[in-house]
Amino acid sequence: MNGLYQAQRAMRAMRKAAMQRGVIAILDVGTSKIACLVLRFDGPERSQTSDGVGPMAGQSAFRVIGAATTRSRGVRFGEVETMAETERAIRTAVQAAQKMANVRVDHVIASIAGARPRSYGLAGEIKLQEAQVAEADVARVLAACDLPDIGDAREVLHAHPVNFSLDHRTGLGDPRGHVGTRLAVDMHLLAVDADAIENLTFCLRRCDLELAGIASAAYAAGIAALVEDEQELGAACIDMGGGISGVSVFIKKHMIFADAVRMGGDHITSDISKGLQVPMAVAERIKTFHGGVHATGMDDREMIDVGGDSGDWEKDRRKVSRAELIGIIRPRVEEILEELRALLDAAGFDSLPSQQIVLTGGASQIPGLDGLAARILGHAVRLGRPLRVQGLPQAATGAGFASAVGLALFAAHPQDEWWDFELPAERYPARSLKRAVRWFRDNW
Amino acid sequence: MQPVGATPLAAPPRPAPRVLHRDPAPSRMRYKLARLWLTPSVRGLLRIGLPLALILGVLGLWLGDAGQRAALAERFTTLKTEIQNRPEFSVTLLRIDGASPAVDAAIRAMLPVALPASSFALDLPALRTLIARLDAVASVDLRVQQGVLAVTVIERVPAVLWRHATGVEMLDASGHRIATILARDLRPELPLIAGDGAEKAVPEALSILAAAAPILPRARGLVRVGERRWDLVLDRDQRILLPESGAVQAVQRLLALDRAEDLLARDFTQLDLRLAARPTLRLSADAQDEFKRITAQVMTSGSNR
Repeated sequence: MNGLYQAQRAMRAMRKAAMQRGVIAILDVGTSKIACLVLRFDGPERSQTSDGVGPMAGQSAFRVIGAATTRSRGVRFGEVETMAETERAIRTAVQAAQKMANVRVDHVIASIAGARPRSYGLAGEIKLQEAQVAEADVARVLAACDLPDIGDAREVLHAHPVNFSLDHRTGLGDPRGHVGTRLAVDMHLLAVDADAIENLTFCLRRCDLELAGIASAAYAAGIAALVEDEQELGAACIDMGGGISGVSVFIKKHMIFADAVRMGGDHITSDISKGLQVPMAVAERIKTFHGGVHATGMDDREMIDVGGDSGDWEKDRRKVSRAELIGIIRPRVEEILEELRALLDAAGFDSLPSQQIVLTGGASQIPGLDGLAARILGHAVRLGRPLRVQGLPQAATGAGFASAVGLALFAAHPQDEWWDFELPAERYPARSLKRAVRWFRDNW
Repeated sequence: MQPVGATPLAAPPRPAPRVLHRDPAPSRMRYKLARLWLTPSVRGLLRIGLPLALILGVLGLWLGDAGQRAALAERFTTLKTEIQNRPEFSVTLLRIDGASPAVDAAIRAMLPVALPASSFALDLPALRTLIARLDAVASVDLRVQQGVLAVTVIERVPAVLWRHATGVEMLDASGHRIATILARDLRPELPLIAGDGAEKAVPEALSILAAAAPILPRARGLVRVGERRWDLVLDRDQRILLPESGAVQAVQRLLALDRAEDLLARDFTQLDLRLAARPTLRLSADAQDEFKRITAQVMTSGSNR
């Protein structure tokens, strides 16, 4: 755990260095596309209250000066599968974004969608030495949480202190300065596969980029797509990506749960490809142009040219009705949504005060998905688009860029995590401290 | 008869095999180069430093040879003289304004440049100091106007003649020497001053003479006595001793006395005005005798009565 603490602190220091330089890159490595945004931080936040957008999430502190997307290669289920291919795709995106920004970026904040995220709730409790809670006490109580067995080859991606309680008062966001005797904390810890992170880090290092932060894609999408009151009152953000559908549950502006279903838009495409016997590229085109989940009588008459260049006239001139297409798409979408429903049920989403569900991500753009999702997930469902940030090109404002925009917000204003607090002194190796004391006593 | 195989079954043209799309990803080298190019320092070095270094290097190589340098310098000097000797820059005439013939001749004689000459060869400030060194010249203005060197001279105005042990000199109002003249008669209109240190007090002398304007026809000149005060010498060997300070007022008093008492018509040799409260007369020998005779007569007549 100490090594992880050091690594995350090193990343935070890197982020600070990037802020000083004023330029940082955002890299959303997804299954179907890789998006790269180059952000410029112009020193202190400029007040922008005049045109109706206050600096509410820190999105006015930066400006997007370069944006590029490329088709992802070598990524499956949100994890790097073929390193060389992924590295090439990252190079493509980064170089295009650098060219647009006309500036060289060295620091990058990346997201990871897959890697089997697993949420843990941690609790820690200490007795306060002094009446008032100091910053060191917060660090101590965070260190007092005992780490659950997250398994071998797993790494902690996020560790948010969600709730502090002091004596019998609970729901404190920031206990510093409060007076009490017993401080307790609830911490949300998100663990992922270590090797997935290792692989991603390795790919970035091969591209001469320094990792200045890493976040879960579902978490980033939640930051970008949930509005402030949804984050406050409780909502789930479902980021339907290409290979993986992530879900993150927020309450009191903290993520309390995250998980992922290893299915996404690419599976729908592959279903179409198999069902209609067309190449993946054609299937993707048919899905994006004609896809849907609700068949009507009109759809029986709407014929879609399947096309093809096999040389067989009969095969190349096939037509399918849109109803057939919907017949292929819908079962898979239902399957994804049912899996998500199971995840949310397991997380106890029903007990939240507000149960808003926000669908975002590239695969959420299927027409009629919100109706189907409302039927299956059984709550208020809306489609979410990412927050508007300065300088973002129109092409990158769609639902598919929710986690990229969320990463940008994460870069500007990261929430406090466990490693943002100084490690309490008793956690330092005791021997060296003792040796220092002895040296002091001998020599003075 | 045509062979059957002359019109073979034309196979339908197969669609051209689709060109494989090039990998859009930049190679590692291209990627690194692009990043290098976006580095500000490298960029500045390549865009400014490299051309600068090239130019400097070529120049240095070319000028490294002493022969090349000499040839360049020679070409430069040739070009310079060519331009300087163009007719547009030549000065052919010397025009002197405001100078008397003697000064004119002196200036022409002392000009160190033989005309015609290039205007670049004329050192006007040096010429100006040379001409200004003439005593008769108060100020001089030199300029080159369309091939003519115009010298405008303002001469000193003679105000007084100064007679000293070796001759007579003309001085201007400030006491600066103008010229030596051979005889005092050559400038009869100028007043004469004499005595040691007279040339140092010319302004005072001029103010005294101005105050004494009514008696000037009788005045022969001013004599500096002991380098501190003036004597006004009149004809008939009369001498008026003026005080060290307030000489002008003394002269005015003298004129008043003269108007009231017709003092200057009297027969005296010296009138001492040095003490303002007590002007003193020294009578001439004849006058003394006459005075004695008259006073005696009075005394005798008085005693007779």
